[in-house]
Amino acid sequence: MIRFLIYRLLSAIPVLFVVTLVTFLIMWLVPGDISAEIGGIDATAADLQAIRERLGLDQPLWERALRWYGDLFRGDLGHSYTLNRSVIDAVLERLPVTLSLAGLALLLATIIGMLLGILASVRHNTWMDQGAMVTALVGLSIPDFWFGIVMIILFGVWLGWLPTGGFVPLAEDPVGWARSMVLPAFTLAITQMGVIARMTRSAMLDVLGQDYIRTARAKGMRARTVIFRHALRNAMIPIITVVGVISGVLLSGAVVIETVFSLPGVGRLIIGAIQRRDFPIIQGGLLITACVFVFVNILVDMAYVWFDPRGRDDD
Amino acid sequence: MTTEAASDTLSIGREIRLARRRRRLTFVRRLLAHPSFLVGFVILVLFTLTALLADVIAPYAPTELNYRFILAPPSKEFWFGTDAYGRDVLSRIIYGTRVSLRIGIYVVVMTGILGTLLGTLASYVKWLDGLIMRSLDGLMAFPGVLLAIALAAALGPSETNAIIALTVTFTPRTARIVRASVIVVQGMQFIEAAYAAGAGHARIIFRYILANALSPLIVQLTFVFAVSIVAEAILSFLGVGPPPPAPSLGNIIADGRSNIQEAWWIAVFPGLVIAVAVLGLNLMGDGLRDILDPRHSSARDRP
Repeated sequence: MIRFLIYRLLSAIPVLFVVTLVTFLIMWLVPGDISAEIGGIDATAADLQAIRERLGLDQPLWERALRWYGDLFRGDLGHSYTLNRSVIDAVLERLPVTLSLAGLALLLATIIGMLLGILASVRHNTWMDQGAMVTALVGLSIPDFWFGIVMIILFGVWLGWLPTGGFVPLAEDPVGWARSMVLPAFTLAITQMGVIARMTRSAMLDVLGQDYIRTARAKGMRARTVIFRHALRNAMIPIITVVGVISGVLLSGAVVIETVFSLPGVGRLIIGAIQRRDFPIIQGGLLITACVFVFVNILVDMAYVWFDPRGRDDD
Repeated sequence: MTTEAASDTLSIGREIRLARRRRRLTFVRRLLAHPSFLVGFVILVLFTLTALLADVIAPYAPTELNYRFILAPPSKEFWFGTDAYGRDVLSRIIYGTRVSLRIGIYVVVMTGILGTLLGTLASYVKWLDGLIMRSLDGLMAFPGVLLAIALAAALGPSETNAIIALTVTFTPRTARIVRASVIVVQGMQFIEAAYAAGAGHARIIFRYILANALSPLIVQLTFVFAVSIVAEAILSFLGVGPPPPAPSLGNIIADGRSNIQEAWWIAVFPGLVIAVAVLGLNLMGDGLRDILDPRHSSARDRP
C-alpha cells in the first residue's frame, strides 16, 4: 500500500510539470499588449513600462519561464493587480467554498446514482429499470448551469423557499449556509448521478450474473446481504472509476455553478478575473484547481487498492 | 477459356463488392432498428434542419430591437417571449442553434483528426508514446471545461477561439481511446500477416489498423459533439464564447440570468433546446455503442 502510494505520488510529477507549463503558456497566448489592457486608457507610457517590468513581459519567454518556476517552488503564484494581494492567498481563501460545493455534490450524486443503479439492476428489465435509466439519461443530458437557473426560478423566485443566490459562511450561521448550498449542490449532483447510475447498473448486472451470487441465493441468504455484501463490493471498481472522472467534472462544474448562484468560490474568482483581465488570478485559480484534481485522482487510485485486495502488496 | 477466367475474376470481384454493400446495408438497417439510435438521430436531424433553415423558419430577425415589447411573456406573437431589448427569444434560439452546430461540427472534426493522429503516433512509434501520453495526462489534469474557459479567456472571445479551446480540451481523452484500440488491433495476427506479406507502414496503418480500430472513436465523437454543445453554451454564458449581439444558446441563457426575477422564459427555453439536442446525441452514442461494440457497457469514457 505504502509502496503504491509512493509510486503514485512520483507519477504525479510529470503531470504537474505539464500542468504548470500549460498554465504558464496561457499568459503567452494572450494576443496584443497585455500591459495596455491592464493599465487602462489613462495609463502613461511610464505606467505601462512599470506593469511590463512587474509581470516580466519585457523579458524573453524562457527567462519568464525560469522566473515562473522559481516563484512556483517558493510557493509564489504572483500578484493580482486588481485585488492588490498575492494570488495564492486569494485562491486558497476561496477554495473551501468550491471544495465543499463539489464534495457535497459528489456525495449526493454517488448516493442517489448508486441507489438508482442498484435498483435498476436488481429489477432488471422491468419498468423500474427503464424508469431509472431514462431518469439517468435525461439527468446527464441537462446542462448543469442552466438547471441551476431553473432551480433558482422555481425555488427562489416563484416559491420563495430558498435564496436566489449569495452565501452565508458555515461558522456564522449553519442553517443559512445549508440554505445557500442546497440548490447548487443538488444542481451539480442531478446531472452527474446519471453517469454513476448507468455505471452501477452495468457493473451490478455483470456481477449478478455470476455463479457465486446464485450460490449465495441458493443457500438462502437474505437478498439484501447478497446485493450489498456480495454483489456491490465486487462491482465497486468500475463505479470508483466513474466517481473519479466525475469528481473532475464536478470541480469544473462547481466553478460555473458558483457564477450562477453567486457563491464566493474559486470559480467566481476566476470568472471575475477574466472580466478584469487579471491573468495571474486566472493562472493561479486554474493551477490550484488542477492540483486538487490530481490529488483527488491519487485518492481514487488508493480506493481501488482498498476495494480490490488483489492489488495490495501487504508489506 | 481466357474469357471464362476473366468472367470468373469479374464475378468474384462483384461478389466481394456485393458482400461489402450487404454488410453496410445490414449495419444501417440495424442502426435504424435500434430504438434509441433512431430517436436520437431524428432529434439531430431536426436540430440540423432548424439551424440550416433559420432564415426561413425564424419569425423575426434575431437582433431586431422592439421597444414596444420589452420582456413580453410567451404569447401568440412571441412563442417564447421577448428579452430586455424586445428581441424575439424564439428567433434568437433558432439562430443560436447555428453557432452550436457549427462549433460542434468543427470540434468533432478537429478532435477526431488530432485524436487519431496522436493516438496512432503514440501506439505506433514507441519512443513517442511516453512523451505524448504524459503530455495528454497533464492536459487531462485540468478538470472538465476549466481549461477551455481559461484558453478562451486568454485567446479572446470568438467562435474560432472557442473551437480551439474546446478541441484542446477534448483531444486528450479521444487520443487515449484511439491509442487503446489501436494497441489491441496491432497485436492481432492479421497485422503480422500483413507485415509478412510486405505491406508498407502507411497501408498497414490506414487500411488495416485504423479501419479496425474506428468503432470506439466514432462512439466517442458523438459524445464529444454532445459535450461541445454544452461547453459552447458554458463559454458563451461566462462571456468568453462567441460575442453578442449575435445569439448563441449560451448568451441567451446569460441574458436570462440577468432578468431572472421578471422573465423566466429567456433562460428556460434555450436550455431546453440544449438538453434535447444533447439527449439526442447521447441516445445516438448509446445506440452506436450497442451495435459497434456490444461488450462495452454504457457511461464509460466520457470526455
